[in-house]
This record gives sequence, C-alpha cells and structure tokens, in this order.
Amino acid sequence: MSLYQCSAADLRTRVAARELSCEEVTRAHLDRVAAVEPRVDAFLCVLAERALERARGLDRSLAAGALPPPLAGVPVAVKDVMHVEGVPTTCGSRILEGYRPPFTATAVARLESAGAIILGKTNMDEFAMGSSTERSAYKPTRNPWDLARVPGGSSGGSAAAVAAGMAPLALGSDTGGSIRQPAALCGVVGLKPTYGRVSRYGLVAFASSLDQIGPLARTVEDAALLAAVICGEDPRDATCSRQPLPDLRSALTAGAAGLRIGVPRAFLAEGVEPDTLARFHEALAALQAEGATLVDVVLPHLPHAVATYYLVATAEASSNLARYDGVRYGRRTGGERDLAALYGETRDHGFGPEVKRRIILGTFALSSGYYDAYYLRAQKVRALIRRDFDLAFAHCDAIATPTTPRPAFRFGEKTKDPVQMYLEDIFTVPANLAGIPGLSLPCGLAGELPVGLQLLGRPFDEATLLRAGAAFQRATRHHERRPAL
Amino acid sequence: MPRVTVETVDHVARLARLSLTDDERSLFARQLEEILAWAQSLQALPVDDVPPMTHALAVAAWREDLARDGTPREQALAGAPDPAEGLFRVPRVIG
Repeated sequence: MSLYQCSAADLRTRVAARELSCEEVTRAHLDRVAAVEPRVDAFLCVLAERALERARGLDRSLAAGALPPPLAGVPVAVKDVMHVEGVPTTCGSRILEGYRPPFTATAVARLESAGAIILGKTNMDEFAMGSSTERSAYKPTRNPWDLARVPGGSSGGSAAAVAAGMAPLALGSDTGGSIRQPAALCGVVGLKPTYGRVSRYGLVAFASSLDQIGPLARTVEDAALLAAVICGEDPRDATCSRQPLPDLRSALTAGAAGLRIGVPRAFLAEGVEPDTLARFHEALAALQAEGATLVDVVLPHLPHAVATYYLVATAEASSNLARYDGVRYGRRTGGERDLAALYGETRDHGFGPEVKRRIILGTFALSSGYYDAYYLRAQKVRALIRRDFDLAFAHCDAIATPTTPRPAFRFGEKTKDPVQMYLEDIFTVPANLAGIPGLSLPCGLAGELPVGLQLLGRPFDEATLLRAGAAFQRATRHHERRPAL
Repeated sequence: MPRVTVETVDHVARLARLSLTDDERSLFARQLEEILAWAQSLQALPVDDVPPMTHALAVAAWREDLARDGTPREQALAGAPDPAEGLFRVPRVIG
C-alpha cells in the first residue's frame, strides 16, 4: 500500500516507531497532490515548502529523542475558512483576496502542536454558503468519484482531498451540514461535534449560533484521533465549552451491542432517492447485526428545519458579514465619492451571488416590520426542534438518517433554483439548530456514487456516535472503497 | 405573505450596504419572494408560548478579565487597502 493510502493512525504509529520520517510521509502526499489535484481542484493553496520544512523540523526533534506527539507527521488539509498565520485566508471569496491573517486558529494551532503537517488550504463555497463548492469565487472542486459531479459543500475541497488520498485528514466547518454532506458525497467520514466542543478562534464566522469545526477522515478511528486533538476549552472563545472530552479510545472498541438507534421513519417517508434509502436500510441492518436495537422515534418539527435554518443562518450571516467593508482588510472597490458608496461598491464587487442573496434574505428577516414574523418565529421553531431531539433521546442513544437525500449531483444542476439547493440540507441542518453532534459514514454506493449514513447524538456525546461508527466500520467494508482516479 | 417588490430589495440592500445591479435587484426580488413563500409553513405553527432559542449552549465559558497586549498597530494595518499615518483611511465623512 502506498503511503497516501494509509490511515492517520497507521502513519503516526510508524512515524513514532521511526519506521517512517515525517518528510517521507509529507512528500508522498505532496506527490499525490501533484498527480491528482489538476483533475480534482481541492486546494486553493498548497503549502509544499512550509509543510516540508515543518516535517524536517519534527524529524530533527524526534531524532534528538523528543516524545512523538499524537499526530506526528500526519498531513492535514485545512478548509480556507480557518487562519494560518501569514498564509492567505480567502473563504472562497474575492472580498478577502490577498488577506493574510496575523494569527492562527486555535484548532490549527493545536494540530500543529500535535505534530500534524498542514498541507494547504482547501476550496469551499464562498463564506461556507453552499452545498456544492460551485459557489467558490475561484474554481469548482470536482468529486473524485465522478469528475462531472460536485463534491458537496461547503467543505467540498476538504472532503475531495481526503477521498482522493491527498491527505488522510482534513478540517472542515459545519453550519448546516458543510462537513457531513460533502463527506457523504465523497465517501469519507465527517464529524460535526457538539456546538461548543471546538474553539472557533480564527474561524471566519458565518452563523455564530450554528458554526462548528470538525474532522474529515477515511476512518472513524482517524476522525476520533483528530477530534481528540482539537476539542476542548479555549480562553480565546467564550462559546467553547469547558466540558472535558471523554477518552475516545474505549468508545472505538466498545462495539454496538446494546445501543438503541432511533429511526425517524415518518421523516424518511418521501424525497429520498430509492438507492440511497436502500443503502440506509442495509446500514441499519448491519448495526442490528452488531447488536444494536432499532427504535422508532418521532421528530414532528423536522419538516420545518430547512426553512428555520435559512432564516436563522442568513440573519446571523448578514450581521457577521457586515465587517467586510473595504476599510480594515480585504479588497476595496470604488468609493472615491463617499463612505456609503465605498461600502456598497466594495461589497457588490467582492461578494458572489449566493452570499448577496443570503445577506438580502437575512437582512430582510431582521428588518423592522418583519423581525417577529421571520427571525423571532424561526428562533421559536428552533426551540421546538431542540425539544423534539431531547424527547427522542429519552428513548434512544443515537438517531440515524441518510446524510443526504441522494448522491452527488452534476455541476449546474441546482444552481438556478436556490430553494432546490437548500432542500439538499434537509437531514443535516437539524443537528446545527439543536446544537447536537452528527457523524456521517460511507454506507455504500447508490449507482456508482457514495452515500452516507448519518448518526446524531446527545449534546457532548460524540463518544456514542464514534462507538457506533467504529462498530459499523468493523462490520462493513464501505469505507475501504476508493474512487478510481 | 408579504409582496416582495424591487423596492423591498432596494430598502434591504440599503440596510445591508450593498449596491446591486438592476439584474440583481429583479432576480433577488423574485427569489426572495419564492424563498419566503417556501418558508411560509412556519407561520402556521403555534409558537406563542415558546421562548426563542438564541443559542445552543446554556453557559458561556468566561475567562478572567486580565490585561494583555492587543494586536500591534502595524499588524492590524497590514491587510488594510488604504492605511495612512497609522490609521485606516476612508473618504471624507464630515462636510
């Protein structure tokens, strides 16, 4: 097996045992990038020199007898929405073209202290607003399983990089499914941790009551390795919880026996493509064979989740994106006459159509006369959705759904009609609204394309999701299938 | 269900400090109306007694209020499109 096909768990063990150098591992992945990136376009920038330099530095300290850190020499791709000091952050937007942040995101800093090697910054829908990575202002990323199809989004670059073997691990961010949906469409594992699990210092804000950073990987074990490094309190982020992360290693070996998996059957009754639904039912059967029991759960407000999400998320985004004004950073356009024109022209030239559409919707929902009927009402429905989950988790340990209603779609298929694109998020947005963790696992192919099983958990109970996911991957081989690039 | 006109979009765009092109104004008027029509299902839910959920996390993790150095001035200005004399320069605002 080539190094680029190895798991992070395997690579770090062999680096720690000094069978492999960090430089060898990094070079193998950079070679893979050189071979397949021209077809996939997962990266906005590859940090080859920086990565090799760091790898050699780590090799020197290991040679001098330093204790190997937990991710020693493991290459990681980082979604271009998180800061690495001195390296451009674009968020897939023209408005941030040329911006170099003066500090590093906590999640990235923790990865580097844990010995991970940052390979580059990955492509994304502009400001993480999209489900296909077609909304990047720079280029679309292609799905490694079928280059005529989207990789999902908004963390499409991270998912495609992991699926194509360019990195064993990647960081994504998930506001309404942006880790789990591309993970499902690219046949990899994606974890959105509980709201508050991972510090967002250095993550560019989209919707602050929903955003969360998490891992993409090819195995549940690798996702857990990365999560263990990035989770935990941070004095630089007051929304980051102090609740300690339990030891995930025992969860990975505990097996699925005794787990109660809730299935919201009414919610799955329509709109799911038949092959995707068939893979989902096979996945449930596999978990049952491992000793899990299936229970019916009812989540009556879930049909309202997408509309609720698009009001809450756009309202918060319209406020968060007010900072891009052509004054303190990023691009400035026009505005020789006055300040209002400077703001207006900078923002009209700098933002792409989807971002503008969402700013318009969010500003409308917050505006005088409409606030109560749209934004406030959405926040109330959000409380009902959270309550649905609280009640359901009294009867089960995790809730299973397909991650998406269908496999990857073709470029341009859904860009004309925003509502059609938004409805692709039906199974992923509820977790963000409720603040609960969600895991997407490859569960087979619909036609020639991967689809995902999603498991949702109680707040701060990532361990149960990883336990079920690890048991599923021991019992099945879906995660071993690779795209023929 | 409010009627969304180009004037509605103009009002909202002004609030959001966006100068839109004519094509964008009419496109967004049509799409905003479609999106609101689709979000209309929320209007029928009985939510009068439901407290709004603003956040998923009950408690913020406050840190101690300790003094520390902020971002140095040159660093803060390094990404600015038009810095001048240690400040961010903008067009004349007063008279």
